[in-house]
Order: sequence, then C-alpha cells, then structure tokens
Amino acid sequence: MGNTTAHSTQTPTTAQSTFDVSAIRKQFPILNRQVHGKQLVYLDSAATAQKPDVVIDAEAAFYRNTNSNVHRGVHQLSVESTDAYERAREQIARLINAASADEVIFTSGATESINLVASSYGGMHVGPDDEVLITHMEHHSNIVPWQLLCERTGATLRVVPVTDRGELDMNTLRELLTTRTKIVSVVHISNTLGTINPIREIAALAHGVGAVCVIDGAQGLQHLAVDVRELGCDFYAAAGHKMFGPTGTGFLYGRKELLDAMPPWKGGGSMIRNVSFSGTTYADVPARFEAGTPHIAGAVGLGAAATFLQSIDRQALQSYEHDLLAYATEQLSGIAGVRIIGEAADKASVISFVIEGIHPHDIGTVLDNEGVAVRTGHHCTQPLMEQYNVPATARLSLAMYNTRDEIDALVQAVRTAIEVFDV
Amino acid sequence: MSELSELYQELILEHGKNPRNMRSMEAANHNAEGFNPLCGDHITVHAHVVGDTIEDLSFEGSACAICTASASMMTQQLKSAATSDADSLFEQFRNMLTGPESNADAYEQSLGKLASLAGVRRYPMRVKCATLPWHTLKAALEDSADIATTE
Repeated sequence: MGNTTAHSTQTPTTAQSTFDVSAIRKQFPILNRQVHGKQLVYLDSAATAQKPDVVIDAEAAFYRNTNSNVHRGVHQLSVESTDAYERAREQIARLINAASADEVIFTSGATESINLVASSYGGMHVGPDDEVLITHMEHHSNIVPWQLLCERTGATLRVVPVTDRGELDMNTLRELLTTRTKIVSVVHISNTLGTINPIREIAALAHGVGAVCVIDGAQGLQHLAVDVRELGCDFYAAAGHKMFGPTGTGFLYGRKELLDAMPPWKGGGSMIRNVSFSGTTYADVPARFEAGTPHIAGAVGLGAAATFLQSIDRQALQSYEHDLLAYATEQLSGIAGVRIIGEAADKASVISFVIEGIHPHDIGTVLDNEGVAVRTGHHCTQPLMEQYNVPATARLSLAMYNTRDEIDALVQAVRTAIEVFDV
Repeated sequence: MSELSELYQELILEHGKNPRNMRSMEAANHNAEGFNPLCGDHITVHAHVVGDTIEDLSFEGSACAICTASASMMTQQLKSAATSDADSLFEQFRNMLTGPESNADAYEQSLGKLASLAGVRRYPMRVKCATLPWHTLKAALEDSADIATTE
C-alpha cells in the first residue's frame, strides 16, 4: 500500500489560466443561500472554508458507490475503497510536491498533526536539557502540544516575540536558536494577523543548529501554493476543512527518513505488522500512524479538494486575493474608529480589526444581522490578544470565492454597527 | 434594523455605554471573576454583604454591550436586596432568556429594566453574554475560588 511515488512534476490538466471569480463561485453551492433574509456574505474562511461541488460530490459518491473498510477485505468494494483512499494520499502528495505519497499521513486536522509530531518525534528526541522554539503568534494548537511535551520531558519552551506590525522578530529568533533547540514550530500564515512567515529562512536557520522545522500550515494551502521540498520544512501540518475539504480531515507531511524512525503514537488496528503478547511489531509509514478505521470518505473528499486546488492558477489566485486584501484594508481604514491589527508586509487575505467603543462580539452580531459572517473572539491566539491589549477582535478572512461587492457589504454593515452604537 | 433594534434597545445601549456601578469596591467582602473565553467578556463582581443584605454591589472589567448592560442593571436591581433575592432574580432572568416563550410576559413584569434584555433570547450565541454577570455574582456570594464561566 501507499508506495506509489507522486508525480510531482505533473501539471494539472484543467488549469484555469486567469482567475474568474464568478466561475469559482458557481462551484460553491452554499454561497447561494440567504441569512436573515439577506444574501450570505461569507468572510470566515479562516475558521473553515466552504466546499466546492467536487468535494461534496466525491464524499457522497464514496458513500453511495464504494463504501467499505480499507486495507482488509478481499472483496471488490474493499479493494475500491483502498484504492480511493490511497489515491487521495497521492493527490495530496502531488499538491504539496512531497517526494512520495508515503510522506502523507491522514489525520483529523492540523491539531492532530502537530500532536502527532510532538508526541512521537518529540517524545523520542526531546529531553530535559532541550528546547522547543515556537512564536508569540501561534494558534493554541501549536502551543499546547509543545507545553505538554515540555511538561512530560522537562524540556523548555521558548517563544519568539512578534513586533507591533505583526511580524516575527527574526533577530530574537536567531538568538534563541542554539544547539539545545530540537524543534522549531512556526505557523505558516497567522490565522489572526494574516502574516505570512518566512518559512524557508526559518527552516534553514533551524537546520543550522540541528533542529527540525515543523510548520503549522492550517491556513497555508487555502492561500498559497505550498511546495514542502522548496520550503525545506521537515513536517507540515494541514487542516482539510480550511483547504476546501471536509471537516474532520487533515494530514501531516513528514520527511520519510524522519517518519521511518518515529515510534507509533496511537495503538490499534491497521498500524501493526504482527500482534503478539510477547511483542508487537509495527507497520511501515504511513500506516504506522493511522491506527483504527480512518475517515475514508473524508480522505477521498480531501483528495478531491487537493486536485481542485491544483486545477486553479495559484499565481492568479494569489494576485486576486492580494487585490481583495488591499481593497478591504483601504475601505476599512477609511472608517473613523476602525483599527486594523496586523500590518505585516507579507500578508494573506485575513484582517483583524477592532472598533473604538464597540466590543467585537457586538460587531459580530450586527454584521450577522446583515448577512455578513465574520469571526469574533480571540481566535485561539490569546497571547496575541494580550500583546495588542484587546480582549478579542473581529476578523474577516477572504478566500478565492469572495468579491469586492462582498467587501462593500461588510463596510456597509460596519457603518451600521457604528450607527447603532453611536460611536 | 428592526431585529437589531429589538436586541440593542435604547436602554441596553445606554447602560452599555454608561454602566452603573462599574467601579472597584474597597469594602467588598465577596468578589469573583467571570470569564467567557469564547468572546473575551471578562468581569469581576464585588459585593459588600452585611447579614443577609447586599449593601453594595459593583462590577469591573471589559465586556460586550449585552454583558455590560446586564451587569449594570443587575447591580442596580440587587443593591440593598437580600442575598436570596439574587438567586430568585437570576432564576427569573434565566427563564426569560431560555425558558418557554409563553411565560415571557410574566417575567417582563417582575424583572423591570432587565426585561429590556428579553430580545437576547433570539440570539442563542449571546445568552451567555447576558448571564455571565449573574454567574459571577453567584460565585461571589458563594465565595467560590474558581473563575465563573457560563458553561
């Protein structure tokens, strides 16, 4: 199983040469619905992205025609399910340019992917005198697993500060890297600030002191073309539902030689070679890390999402999103009382903002009433909220299907909030 | 705007902007902290209780308009009240927000100003904002060392 080498150089056959947002929108059925009698304006794709027909159909078709357990039956359906599951792994490997599909482990999401690395790799390589380096802009899912590891092993967690603009303090990062550093784990794109971190540089610096580099890519694939070999990272944790795939799916990319040497972290069926009371031997990678019946239909849907992403001209998408970001930033900045948090030079289409005199939660309710869905709260980045001295922010996150008209609707709704609260 | 103005009634906006009894209290003998991690509402309730009477009641912190207005009106209504009144008023307030709608009128009678928060019942995500001050007051009166939450 799973030994097929991904054809990383294969070009997608259905690439769209320019970016046509109306053609994209037609593929996302949910965008047609109304909320509180208004046309839905979905600006919360950093929380979860909407799903195109190809993903919904792939998952439904699996249940309608193929459903069976993988890797065990001799019957036809089991063979087809196994093929579909492993094909999805190859689709993902191609999307991220992994050297082989075996470097892709299916998980329930980015959180589980990071926990896998912390538990298995961390448990094996991190000891009492060692250090794990993260940053101040991490999501709780890239903080807590490392805190747990450090508590368990006696290692020390170090944190790279973030500047007021919302960029990593790279000088301090360099200073904090020593031979004691065993793992550097950094978010690719901050879910709160939108900051795109210099992963290539960080990975190279980590390798310079003999540490491995883990990337929390939960927000990455939605916005950027990710080539794990070009980035030079050792692990890349991804969330399926944020890259237009099903909820409850995700994957961990890991360099094969690292994965091969790592012990299992969850015991159960599928991850074994032979079980005996005198000693159990474990399956090869990736099965070693996939105990129990996986979310097969979800993996199939995620594979469809990977192929969907590959079919899109990523450069055109990036410049489209960049234009949306610039437009939204300009429009919001033009409103008196609005303060944008996160002004990194290299930023994805995510904007956190606060309005003087209106709590973000109230902003969220007023916007919702206008059909505009944004996220309000601390975005699972409480240390960042503390740094910017706000209890919470309102956040819009723009994806490939959003338009300037929708930003206009948001701006109108923000003006309504200001009117209601008379600030 | 109509649904919105039902939620954000003038009285709520006014209390949200100019909350009553939002201050520290040196003489307080009951204090508790309340936190709603989902939205960031974070308040502290102070009470000065003599015998069974809440002689003084105040709150501090940072919260949304619904939570702030609820805290403001709560402190107004329960200042000088018996501690047992706090329990029964909370019970009625909670029923107004989450109980059967048919009883809503009855609660509006007994709750006075607090009835202006009745519109919150249509926003399930916001009910916890309105009840956080009450959970926190309860924790203060019970001298709970834990941070009050709405969970």
